[in-house]
Amino acid sequence: MATPLKRLLARLGPFLGLLAVILLFSLPAETRPYFLTFHNFKIILTQTVIVAIGALGMTMIIVSGGIDLSVGSSIAFTSVIGALLIQHGWAAAAVVAATIAAGGAIGLVNGAAIAGLRVTPFIITLGTLGIARGSAKWLADNQTVNYDASPINRWMMTANPFGYALPAGVWVALVLAGATAVLLRRTVFGRHIFALGSNEATARLCGVPTTRLKVLIYAVAGGFFGLAGLFQLSRLRQGDPTVAVGLELDIIAAVIIGGASLNGGVGGVLGSMIGALIMAVLRNGSQQMGWPTYFQEIIIGLVIIAAVFLDRIRQGRPD
Amino acid sequence: MSGLRLVGIRKSFGATRALANVSLAVAPGEVHALIGENGAGKSTLMKILSGAHGPDAGTMTLDGAPYAPEGPHDARRKGVAMIYQELNLALHLTAQENILLGMESARGGWIDRRASRERARSALAQLGHADLPLDRAAGGFAIAEQQIIEIARALLGRPRVLILDEPTSSLTQADAGRLFGVVRRLRDQGVSVIYISHFLEECRSVADRFTVLKDGETVADGPMAGTGLDRIVTLMTGRAVTDLYPRTASRPGAPVLEVTAARAGPRLDGVSLQLRAGEILGLAGLIGAGRTDLVRAVFALDELAAGEVCVVDATAGRATPRRRWAQGLGFLSENRKEEGLMLGQPIADNVTLTKLGAFGRLGLVSGSRQRAAAQRWISTLAIKCRDPGQPVGHLSGGNQQKVALARLLEHPARIFLLDEPTRGIDVGSKAQIYRIIGELAAAGKAVLIVSSYLPELLGLCDRIGVMCRGRLAAVRPRGDWTEEEIMRLATGGA
Repeated sequence: MATPLKRLLARLGPFLGLLAVILLFSLPAETRPYFLTFHNFKIILTQTVIVAIGALGMTMIIVSGGIDLSVGSSIAFTSVIGALLIQHGWAAAAVVAATIAAGGAIGLVNGAAIAGLRVTPFIITLGTLGIARGSAKWLADNQTVNYDASPINRWMMTANPFGYALPAGVWVALVLAGATAVLLRRTVFGRHIFALGSNEATARLCGVPTTRLKVLIYAVAGGFFGLAGLFQLSRLRQGDPTVAVGLELDIIAAVIIGGASLNGGVGGVLGSMIGALIMAVLRNGSQQMGWPTYFQEIIIGLVIIAAVFLDRIRQGRPD
Repeated sequence: MSGLRLVGIRKSFGATRALANVSLAVAPGEVHALIGENGAGKSTLMKILSGAHGPDAGTMTLDGAPYAPEGPHDARRKGVAMIYQELNLALHLTAQENILLGMESARGGWIDRRASRERARSALAQLGHADLPLDRAAGGFAIAEQQIIEIARALLGRPRVLILDEPTSSLTQADAGRLFGVVRRLRDQGVSVIYISHFLEECRSVADRFTVLKDGETVADGPMAGTGLDRIVTLMTGRAVTDLYPRTASRPGAPVLEVTAARAGPRLDGVSLQLRAGEILGLAGLIGAGRTDLVRAVFALDELAAGEVCVVDATAGRATPRRRWAQGLGFLSENRKEEGLMLGQPIADNVTLTKLGAFGRLGLVSGSRQRAAAQRWISTLAIKCRDPGQPVGHLSGGNQQKVALARLLEHPARIFLLDEPTRGIDVGSKAQIYRIIGELAAAGKAVLIVSSYLPELLGLCDRIGVMCRGRLAAVRPRGDWTEEEIMRLATGGA
């Protein structure tokens, strides 16, 4: 039994995947001169921020055995809220707090409905997907919400192409990733999330307050989605109620590529972040190769299937 | 030689010998009761008859021809149909669709509606239930009617042998009576019926002949008429209790748990009992008698419909499993895989899940302290594993059970509710678990054990209560019980 080797491979799996896609675009002559530059990586990192922050919340939800399909709509909704508040002259800090709170409120509704009505998360969040999107368009009067200027606009800019300073969004994502990893691995809350996803009956038997926990998980994750909405606003410099359609699928894909199981109980922040990066690198590289977007979509689809299939082989088949 | 005939059937799984020497002869038009304790080999025999396993040795013939089914479907084709205790219906499909499932009347892939209807109707008529609405979804029927639907499905294959496994365990008396009518009807049509039930009274009223299995062997067979139930019970049990149970006399202390007139779910029907510190109280009874319902209700996993559970010396409040743990109760589930353990998670997390907050400060959990705690129990209980980080699912059944028990010890609980603590584990692990339970009582803990294995209860407990159909029939000191007496009360005797 080569168990230690197997375990090492299991740890490194997503890293190897990331390395492979980076190599893929570093070798061809068309992309070699630019792809591996610091500036390009700064762009890739900045492009990853929104999916990465979403994936942090989604990791908590998927590890708990749930799913959230309303993320794209939540991001649009919270970015519209943010834009409206800037229009009304709110300070940046207040706008940040308000968007996070708005996202958290959607999550709270999701969690309360899932735990209270005992309807599967898929159905509830499919419902809130529509509700949040419609509300965003309603609030925005079905058009983009523009404002004059705000410091928030700078948080996703890679202004100086040769400077080493990363935009604020990247730092926020990095710090949050570290904090979420600690939350999941080292806190009672995090361990209860794993217990809930691994076996809800056991969690209940062991006195884990499963109903309250579910509400809390969706609410906290919703806060992350609200923050992702804020960076969406920062990137577009306007509140767009039609933005981020289908983004939840990218976010779910990042978490799954990172090794989480849709059955719950398995997953981690590091994997999800690498999953988000793999997709961003694929998009960035494909653009530089001049591949059309439909080709990128096909590739990402294949990568999702391959990642889960390889994961299955790596884990072996438990019986 | 017509009918089903089994001679000298043997079957082992690894080192475990499930069937040592089983013989069974069932004539056409006969209802034959198959009787035996849990673990006597009935289910293995059924799996061999239905083709799920092949026998290691022995011969099986059906109407004189060799019978060697390759699987349940093949068994059915050869004329042996089985109705399991847990029914197998597609609840969203209609009664008719369920009856015809897999044997639809069709022409070129199109369902022939008229022929389908006639066949379903005639199968039900054969059972005397022609009035069952064919277009209602199976989920809309009561259990008794669902059972009829399933038997009707079996009849479409024109079975020569029909096996009913504990068919009345979820039925009311009246429904059971109607089922006996169906069984007699089939007998009169020449079908051999093998009837498996723990309810001996029932066996006597419906069966013509019986066979008793004990420890994987046929120990007796004969006509039902003229055989007393006492004789059958003696044949089923009558085994020496070995020194597996190192129990010293206990000194029961003050009451720690009081249950008053508890009712819950469809089964539990008003049970009162008292558990004392330093005592081991056993609950005997048949599967479905309400023992599990009782302990689950006590632990607040199921809601009480009426009655009261009082934990002495503990703050009251809304009953939840969380509060029960806080009050010093611990619960071991009978269902290790589905409920008892997180199979994919490490041993350490499984052992410490009830008290994570104790392994660090400010909501943080120290993984190394969790592992250290688990390591202590791994040593104390001799749990065979790689390390505390190994997923529990990788361990053997006996070791998994020790991990589940370690959770209660680590908490530490003072009142232990153990539901089938030795189910499906090897003899060595059983002996260890008996020793731990004995030590707990000696240390003043209170233990309530639900078990279907009578020698274990008789060897381990200070007092034993017998449950039957949701009620506690009697609680007496161990010395006042014999296996025969327990079986008599458990099977509905007064």
